[in-house]
Amino acid sequence: MLKIKNLHASVEGNEILKGIDLDIKPGEIHAIMGPNGSGKSSLASVLAGKEEYEVTEGSIEFEGKDLLDMDPEIRAREGIFLAFQYPVEIPGVSNIGFLKTAINDIREHRQLPPLTAKEFLQRTKERQKLVDFNSKLVNRSLNEGFSGGEKKRNEIFQLAMLEPKLAILDETDSGLDIDALRIVADGVNKIQSENNAFLIITHYQRLLEYIVPDIVHVLAGGKIVKSGTKELALELEEKGYDWLKEDALNKTV
Amino acid sequence: MKSENEIIDDFTAREYEFGFVTDIEMDVLPPGLNEEVIHFLSAKKEEPQWLLDWRLKSYEAFKRQKMPKWQNFEAPDVDFQDISYYAAPKDKPKYESLDEVDPELLETFEKLGIPLNEQKALAGVAVDAVFDSVSIGTTYKDELRKLGIIFCSMSEAVKEHPELVKKYLGTVVPPNDNIYASLNSAVFSDGSFVYIPEGVRCPMELSTYFRINSQNTGQFERTLIVAEKGSYVSYLEGCTAPRRDENQLHAAVVELIAMEDAEIKYSTVQNWFPGDNEGKGGIYNFVTKRGICKGNNSKISWTQVETGSSITWKYPSVILKGDNSSGEFYSVAVTKNHQIADTGTKMNHIGKNTKSRIISKGISAGKSQNSYRGLVQIGNRAQNARNFTQCDSLLIGNKCGAHTFPYIESKNKSAMLEHEATTSKIGEDQIFYLNQRGIDPEQAVALIVNGYAKEVLNQLPMEFAVEARKLLSLTLEGSVG
Repeated sequence: MLKIKNLHASVEGNEILKGIDLDIKPGEIHAIMGPNGSGKSSLASVLAGKEEYEVTEGSIEFEGKDLLDMDPEIRAREGIFLAFQYPVEIPGVSNIGFLKTAINDIREHRQLPPLTAKEFLQRTKERQKLVDFNSKLVNRSLNEGFSGGEKKRNEIFQLAMLEPKLAILDETDSGLDIDALRIVADGVNKIQSENNAFLIITHYQRLLEYIVPDIVHVLAGGKIVKSGTKELALELEEKGYDWLKEDALNKTV
Repeated sequence: MKSENEIIDDFTAREYEFGFVTDIEMDVLPPGLNEEVIHFLSAKKEEPQWLLDWRLKSYEAFKRQKMPKWQNFEAPDVDFQDISYYAAPKDKPKYESLDEVDPELLETFEKLGIPLNEQKALAGVAVDAVFDSVSIGTTYKDELRKLGIIFCSMSEAVKEHPELVKKYLGTVVPPNDNIYASLNSAVFSDGSFVYIPEGVRCPMELSTYFRINSQNTGQFERTLIVAEKGSYVSYLEGCTAPRRDENQLHAAVVELIAMEDAEIKYSTVQNWFPGDNEGKGGIYNFVTKRGICKGNNSKISWTQVETGSSITWKYPSVILKGDNSSGEFYSVAVTKNHQIADTGTKMNHIGKNTKSRIISKGISAGKSQNSYRGLVQIGNRAQNARNFTQCDSLLIGNKCGAHTFPYIESKNKSAMLEHEATTSKIGEDQIFYLNQRGIDPEQAVALIVNGYAKEVLNQLPMEFAVEARKLLSLTLEGSVG
């Protein structure tokens, strides 16, 4: 589904990603862990097509197409979804109205007819239940006055509504209490299928107790320094990241 | 209420009943302003002596007036002697068919969903019927007449209801109010007159359908609306379609009078030609709009969506004279390229327990300058007066300006005044967020702007609101990125 090869990217001339290789197949859940400033969120931004990031080397293929060639909205329509670390507030724009626009834009891109009002309403009800999202928030302005936790849960609700092929969760667990974390994880587990894939970026392995990854990658200094099974996450929790950093350093030297 | 199309269809299917006055030899008076011109103009319109006298008195006032200096832009040098103050209604279309019209204009019509006949009329193409305010008004009139409502052109009102016009004309905006009001009083061409009798609730949104008769309304419109005790009327002015006009200066006057328990709702969508990208050739829209809540418990509400004109300069105001009366002002003003808007309101609290509410949303893009200017005045007898003011500014890009000049004058200690103001920029991150959900940048801006202006747009009558939303999106097309 997603093939990243030797990806280098920089912001204002500073190289942040220094050669990333990653291969994600349908049905898989990948977790990316790593210390602060290792480039985790940068990778998410590059995948979503954020303008400040300049890709200087390497390639990203999504479903056989060159992702780097696409504008952010085209990437979204092709099936990439980013659950933002800091979702923005857009006053006066209704959550539901915005989702309707988004869904129909995506459907148009895939040459599907727009959802009828009834179908849309049905999907809204169903998905809102699926991810246990407060129906009052569904009708409010987009993230306006939402608590941090509500914003994160709205990301998961949108994820459920838009049915992407690849969902990237950028530190969705940060700022969530244990109950909210469980609800978010629960939602992801329900949405997860053989046809979609998840890339979960997290700082702590806490989330991974609820969403079990197939592969865990450790990102440090703009590179994936280690990949392994879910046990790697536990090892990281125990030992921290420093041993891996040194490891990486030794490798490059 | 018949839909607009039905009315036009009805009308086009009918023979034109009135014909034009053909005894006028001169179609257009040569440029220049003097007493003789006013005599000529008044005679052409067959006006009574009192109106001629009133015009002449206004002209005297005009001559004494000076151009104001307090506005937040450089007032353009208008040569009043270079304007022609009388033109016979034009019945000659500029074009024979739509094929000859600027395709860009047609594309805009298309996007706004304007019916074909109207497109023709707007662009100045020949249509089967001649649309002028008198004839369109006729279709409504039968329905309204039954209720005793008068809705006609100002010229007609002068002829048919002189006692009403004489009683109220210039009572809210006196002829010496300001230089442009004086000018308008001296030379006003035509406009609308509305009278709602006691206890009548006007069953339809009154609109002069300027969209189809813009050629005839002229540059000095005069509108007068009187709502008698316990009556209600909602009036719509303007249209969402871009309007071009050869006359650069537009100085209209609108007066509203609400008696006891009456309510007037006045909505405007203004989309005059804003000039080219360099700001050349746009309309100067200098309008004096004022209403008076004369009776107790009366209410006047102004709603405006201003997107056009190179300079918009106006302050729709309310004099809250009656006890418990209330005034509202809801405004969205959008400027882009080199446009200037200096707009806001005045709320003059005189009666007891009077309330006012001001919601102003400015949106600036390009190199434009957008100012909110407001005055809330609480008189010494206005016990328990209340005002709430919110003025928000939204900036798109970093070459535009947003300014606010809120003035408050309170002479009564019991007054409660609230003022809120915010300035924000459309964030790259907001646009990116929407992009990431599959929405393209143009649409993202449209969503954000419409969300921002929602509180004001919600005040517009339904159909108008839909058009206004589209208009906002269209206006800002290409402003980002």
